[in-house]
Amino acid sequence: MLTHIIALIIKEFLAILRDRKARITLIGPPIAQLIIFGYAATFDLKDVPYAVYDEDHSLASRELLARFEGAKAFRRVAVIQREDAVRGLIDTQQALLVLHVPQQFQSRLVTAKSAPFQVIIDGRNSNTAMLALNYVNEITAGFSADMARRSGIAGPAAELVVRSWYNPNLESRWFIVPGIVGLLTMVVTLMVTALSIAREREAGTFDQLLVTPMNPFEILVGKTVPGLVIGLFEGSIIVLLTVFWFDVPLRGSVFALYVGLLLFSLSVIGVGLMISAISATQQQGLLGAFLFMVPAVTLSGFATPIANMPEIIQIFTLLNPFRYFLVVVRKVFLEGAGVELLTSQYMCMAAIGVVTLFAAAMMFRRRMY
Amino acid sequence: MSFSLRRIRSLVRKEFMQIIRDPSSIAIAIVQPMFLLFIFGYGISLDASHVPVACVTESNGLEAREFLRGLYQSQYFDPRTYGSMAEAEQAMIHGDVMAILWLKSDFERQVATHNGRIEAIVNGVDANTARLVQGYLIGNWWQWLARHAGAVGLKLEPRIWFNAEVRSRNYLLPGIIAVIMTLTGTLLTAMVVAREWERGTMEALLSTPVTIGEVIIGKVIPYFILGMAGMGLSVMTARWLFQVPLVGSHWLLLVVSCVYMLAALGMGLFISSFARNQFIAGQLAIITTYLPAFMLSGFIFDIHSMPTVIQWLTHIIPARYFVTILQTLFLAGDVYGIVVKNAIFMSLLGAFFMLLVARNSRKRLD
Repeated sequence: MLTHIIALIIKEFLAILRDRKARITLIGPPIAQLIIFGYAATFDLKDVPYAVYDEDHSLASRELLARFEGAKAFRRVAVIQREDAVRGLIDTQQALLVLHVPQQFQSRLVTAKSAPFQVIIDGRNSNTAMLALNYVNEITAGFSADMARRSGIAGPAAELVVRSWYNPNLESRWFIVPGIVGLLTMVVTLMVTALSIAREREAGTFDQLLVTPMNPFEILVGKTVPGLVIGLFEGSIIVLLTVFWFDVPLRGSVFALYVGLLLFSLSVIGVGLMISAISATQQQGLLGAFLFMVPAVTLSGFATPIANMPEIIQIFTLLNPFRYFLVVVRKVFLEGAGVELLTSQYMCMAAIGVVTLFAAAMMFRRRMY
Repeated sequence: MSFSLRRIRSLVRKEFMQIIRDPSSIAIAIVQPMFLLFIFGYGISLDASHVPVACVTESNGLEAREFLRGLYQSQYFDPRTYGSMAEAEQAMIHGDVMAILWLKSDFERQVATHNGRIEAIVNGVDANTARLVQGYLIGNWWQWLARHAGAVGLKLEPRIWFNAEVRSRNYLLPGIIAVIMTLTGTLLTAMVVAREWERGTMEALLSTPVTIGEVIIGKVIPYFILGMAGMGLSVMTARWLFQVPLVGSHWLLLVVSCVYMLAALGMGLFISSFARNQFIAGQLAIITTYLPAFMLSGFIFDIHSMPTVIQWLTHIIPARYFVTILQTLFLAGDVYGIVVKNAIFMSLLGAFFMLLVARNSRKRLD
């Protein structure tokens, strides 16, 4: 029985890797995607274009504005003298924000009266607007405290010190890139498995496979192992690139990461084989993979947190294996987690894997009669 | 190349009959956009609200309570009280809370001498949410300072234009429509032409007096209409179901959508000119148009923040221009400076693809 399975596994590997084009599509596009997405997928602000409208022309206003010039997040693109120039700059997106210092800013500040400092922000991209506003807030608070100290008036009653755990500079790349490990492992594993049975069915070899003495579970193992090996291999390459190319720290246990990767690959293979078992052609297999992948990626917390989704959708995400793997990969990479913190994630992925693989085997069997 | 109106009309009629008989293109044009719009519309959101925050207050004075009151009243936070920092840190490690707020026992005394210190720790793994939480905390702190008698001098007055409620859905949905239309337009023509090659009906068509130009026009017209129906439905869904405001004018939206739909159909035709089977055409459409539209169009990840080389790359992605136009039309209105400039780039790319299609197809006739 073991020899049967081994023979089938060898045959599967040959079928997948025989073709040079197929070999290239397994390695090339995922790595290109990792590099491009790794750089493109960022929520961090850099060089935000802003304009300055200073009506006060005082020492204080100049010092406040100088702090923005020194900040890496901002890039000054214009200095305006009239209020009505604001609209044109913001409307045409030449500037994302306009800093407006009204008259008497300095005199109000030193006499401890309320000194308004206006910031007009383009809210079309609300996330960017909020983040830019945070930077403005930080710079302004620092300026305010320094001014108070220097001019001898009482500073703020209390200062707020915010520290960040696990990701001290709050780089969003550290959040996104480990997620890509899961994303690309899923894409490759799903492609390999979702098309495997459909391809045989198109070529007519699946019927031949069914008339051999092998039972559905042997076929299942034969179809699972190649997907698993390719998935783990691909995942490992991406883990290496994440650590050595993108400099994302890998703080936790590599063992814990691989337990997660193994269980995740198995659950994706289960889904892939189910898709494959019900599709008659490779094209249907591809469509099925796409139909699974879009919600699996979107409703996983890969780019935006699950906590922001509507209640009902959040419950729906519990069926998504990618959701659990993302927790594993991020906790291991950034929070330094080991196996013990991740057991519930492992259990959920294992459960999904068992159910989908079993269902796939049942589907082969039904096709036999 | 001369065009015969009669031949084009019959080609279009043939195509419509095929659409009705084999509903797969209706699925691509109507069902798929709706499916994706629901998934993305509900699944992608950057609005963090009710963020669980552990509050460790060793002081029970008026000032501390006043500070916490702000958190309890805010829709952004879901404050939870913990007895000690050790407990709060455990909660953070287990992912029960996103942030910790720590007010030490001598807070009241320190505040009285303007020397207070409020410590906060955020979980930085999800950097974007962490930044937003940090911003909310700073906002709460400013408000607390302002309530505090005779305190702060400088008063920050933010004015957020175009999206006063700061709802991320308002800018994400127009971008999502652009991404979906990219996929729909490309798939429609790529799959249909590949299907003709697969079934051998393309050769049959080419052996008739029909010219290649007429074949292309005969494909573009029906799928243009179908694609625009999908577009209209998506806009209506965004408008009525997701409550996204549409500030700009409808006719301008219609004009730029028509331009973009032509560009997307052109990309699909271009793909089909070298991918002669539906399987490869479908894969190519997803890899070369949908994924770049998703990642590099600026619909979710800001193009400004990308490295310079990647920023250049985004210029050859038609979706980038459509995303900019749609975000502006929906939220800011008819800003011609933006709409015209981006529409020009979009049509140039579209024309470029159509030109390639005409060239590639002529070769095939030899």
